[in-house]
Amino acid sequence: MKNPWNDCFATAGLVHWKRIILATMLSAFVSCSDSQSSITAEQLDFGSPMRTRLLTADQYTNSIAQVFGEDIASSVLPPIPPMARTDGLLASGTAFVGVTSDQVSQIQQAAASIAAQVVDQDHRDFLIPCAPEAKEAADSSCAALFIKESGRLLFRRPLSDSRLVDLVRIADYAAEQTDDFYDGLSLALEAMLISPDFIFIVDRAEVAPDAPDQRRLDAFSLASRLSFLLWNAPPDEILLQEAEAGALHTQEGLTNAVDRMLGSARLEFGVRAFFDDLMAFDEFDSLAKDPVVYPMVTGTTLEHAREQTLRTIVDHLVDQESDYRDLFTTRKTFMSMQLAAVYDTPAGEGWSPFEFDEDGPRLGLLTHVSFLAANSHSVRSSPTLRGKALRETFLCQRVPDPPPDVDFSSLEDAEDAATAKERLAVHNTNPSCAGCHLITDPMGLSLENFDGAGRFRETENGASLDIAGELDGIFYDDIAGLAKATRNHPKLSACLINRLYAYGTGGPVSLRDDRDMLAGFEDRFVENEYKLPALLRDIALSHAFSHVRSVESEVKIRDTLRIKAPAERAESANALAKMEEE
Amino acid sequence: MKKLVQRLSRRRFLKGALKGGAVSIGLPLLNVFLNDNGTAYANGTPIPLRFGTWSWGLGMSESIFVPKKTGANFDLPEEIAALAKVQEHLNLYTNFHVFQDDAPNLCHHSGWVVLRSGIAPTARANLPGETIDVSIARHIGNATRFKSLSATATGDVRDSFSYEGGNSVNTPEWSPLRFYQRLFGEGFQDPNASTFTPDPKVMVRQSALSAVQEEARKLEKSLGAEDRARLDQYFTGLRDLERRFDLQLSKPDPREACVVLEEPMDLPTGLEADLVATRHRMMTDLMIMAVACDQTRVFNMFYASAFSATTQPGYDKPHHTATHEEAVNPELGYQPYTSWFTRRAIEEWAYYVQALADFKEGDGSLLDNSFVYATTDQSFAKLHAIDGIPMFSAGTAGGRVKTGLHIDGGGSPGCRLGFTAQKLMGLEIDTWGDKSNTTSSEIGDILVS
Repeated sequence: MKNPWNDCFATAGLVHWKRIILATMLSAFVSCSDSQSSITAEQLDFGSPMRTRLLTADQYTNSIAQVFGEDIASSVLPPIPPMARTDGLLASGTAFVGVTSDQVSQIQQAAASIAAQVVDQDHRDFLIPCAPEAKEAADSSCAALFIKESGRLLFRRPLSDSRLVDLVRIADYAAEQTDDFYDGLSLALEAMLISPDFIFIVDRAEVAPDAPDQRRLDAFSLASRLSFLLWNAPPDEILLQEAEAGALHTQEGLTNAVDRMLGSARLEFGVRAFFDDLMAFDEFDSLAKDPVVYPMVTGTTLEHAREQTLRTIVDHLVDQESDYRDLFTTRKTFMSMQLAAVYDTPAGEGWSPFEFDEDGPRLGLLTHVSFLAANSHSVRSSPTLRGKALRETFLCQRVPDPPPDVDFSSLEDAEDAATAKERLAVHNTNPSCAGCHLITDPMGLSLENFDGAGRFRETENGASLDIAGELDGIFYDDIAGLAKATRNHPKLSACLINRLYAYGTGGPVSLRDDRDMLAGFEDRFVENEYKLPALLRDIALSHAFSHVRSVESEVKIRDTLRIKAPAERAESANALAKMEEE
Repeated sequence: MKKLVQRLSRRRFLKGALKGGAVSIGLPLLNVFLNDNGTAYANGTPIPLRFGTWSWGLGMSESIFVPKKTGANFDLPEEIAALAKVQEHLNLYTNFHVFQDDAPNLCHHSGWVVLRSGIAPTARANLPGETIDVSIARHIGNATRFKSLSATATGDVRDSFSYEGGNSVNTPEWSPLRFYQRLFGEGFQDPNASTFTPDPKVMVRQSALSAVQEEARKLEKSLGAEDRARLDQYFTGLRDLERRFDLQLSKPDPREACVVLEEPMDLPTGLEADLVATRHRMMTDLMIMAVACDQTRVFNMFYASAFSATTQPGYDKPHHTATHEEAVNPELGYQPYTSWFTRRAIEEWAYYVQALADFKEGDGSLLDNSFVYATTDQSFAKLHAIDGIPMFSAGTAGGRVKTGLHIDGGGSPGCRLGFTAQKLMGLEIDTWGDKSNTTSSEIGDILVS
């Protein structure tokens, strides 16, 4: 898609990124040069919504691992409820999910288990930076040292003096009650681990000193946003120090910090987490195949299928810095012995690079066992589920629910159909079914050479398979054609950007408010040859990522754009104004 | 399972208690603690009333599910024939309706949401109000370690019909091993232990919680209204936790039937019907012991989801797919495979009821002191019908409910059973439900006058 602001952007560079975002928004009304010259400081106040996110289960585990070690982290099941998938991402559900009383009790149980291990004989010498004067008594100094440092890491910002005093008091009181310094310390740590400051990632904003009418994330909130986007983990010591020094609020400091994080080996974890979420791989936590129909598919097979795809993605996007679109056509992947039976290929121990045959039917993510098996029934394939997943996961299109009053009687006639295509053909005889099935089935049927476990098959029930199909006007004859049509789909890049920005800012994008900004990211993505690290860098360094959107500025921008703010926005403005008065 | 045996005079009363130090209690700890009627402990404390839910997916095959006869001694058509042994303990409710009014009929969603919350949802993501178990737990669940417990036989942590609000679902226990560890691991106090020593850590935890709440209150000021509400909910959870800590400082009342079970093996994932049944029975046994040990008085068991994907080995359609794609056999008058899945569900419902009935408490059973409310999501799933949605109850709620009855609702709201359940549990409400699902009419036929 050609954006009229491309030329502006090319000359503006990152330093003027925030100007460009606004300029893009105003594109319908003014020319490039006019817009830049007419931008005022007020109009630059455009950012992302402030959010309060619950840690995800992986983020909880990663936080504990980062502060206290992987052995302790892996000994406790993260006490985090399942998220509602929101706009395609579990991560976007974290900004809305509530915590029930029962969940709080699970959080306490996990906290008690972690705290007890941190102070036990095996760990205390490594994890506690001092020894008490007497093990049987309180030692405020030593307790303060431990609490100050671990609290800073857990809360992702320094503890206030009053908070530190309170926690040391708890440790001292507990040590007196239990006659044990370490028990006291563990109870203070428990209190930290059940604190909302740990469990929730809270965006906190402040007035930008050089632009008093704008609100930016405070340095520690920005550090958290960066590290959870890029590493799926809390800020490390260096990032916290950069936040403390104010470096993240300078262009140079922020750029250095982002570049360091992008260059870290930990980027892999962030990329894995994002794609695991995007591809709804949480399904694998409860996925199973009928052992009678698919005897070679065990729980381990499915675990490896998930891992294969994540390895492929990380290698392609991070290690090779290749074109994102080529993920849908690449024959390069990784193979393990556990997967080899499903792929009908020899394999050695462990994981090794693997390339599908040049003339074979496998190419790209859509032909991975993970995609094929996760979007099938336990006993048979499902072209509808596969087509739906393709559209919703990679193209951000929404396939509607089936209508409630569907007459399924025509399906009964298809009971003896040999192939899925014949079965699904009956949907087209019913207008209320056809609407949705025509959206999903043509491309899903093109994957019918793979059964419900993702194994290749020439035929289904002895009948040959017609896998020719169509994806949004592109007709093709085979799987390679579908792969190519997906790779070149005009919505593919925009969808990735939509989801990645939502993932980084902790909630769904607003197509009304963010549309033009996202288009700006897409232009940059094209310029950068569809490389993910460059896209991550653009998002992380963008004005919107580090600034929060005030309701007043939204109204102002809308007025500029002659878009009338709806009543509910006005209500929110009033609510915010009232809150700020308080 | 170990059995506690030997019946002693109920007049032997154990004294002692107990804050602050070790307390010795003579053994054995049997129903010496009960009055002569077996309805209360010897100190006059009544045996607690419990509320449970149970759920299955995808309704019924009406022609072989709904008995011809109403009232007592109703016939058991073939789809519910497995209930023969427990018929005396339960009631079946048919011809009750769920009303969508101006909300859409959300396939496999509207039915269960209305029966559990009283309100028709407006979208699939919409979980209006709160579920009946949450309301009841707020009333009767404050004296136990867990306000309520939920478990699922599907092995999927996302499967729950219990929620506090739209975005706050009560997470079910999905693994037998994890469920066991939660019940009998850290924090478990054996009510029948011979000694009791209050844990000084608990007192510290209480005061630490106050500090946590006080400090975090400051956080709230920077949040918008919705996030503030979420944080308030978190504080409610912390206050609830404080109450639970308080309970841990007192010696729990002895519980005759409470026995610490052996740690179970965990099970593989999967929804093959036999595997689901095994998981259901393991979770049931744990749940019932949790109730018997008075760890909770509100308990939710989830046999299958609304889109039940239970499978039959060798049959190529999971349950949900079968409901839509399988033809009604003209000779039989129903869908044979679909019915097979429903029969498996009813077998598990029978197991559940029997397990509660077999658990002795006083002169009766756990079931006698419980009321279990069982619902599904559709009546005839093939057509996504919610008219005539079937329901069950089990237990007499401490002698307040007559059982063994088939009740014809005559097209009245299915919410009447939920309303009745809440009244039985002591909730002071005059009506329940929204719009056409509103009711102020208990199902009088089941109430002991």
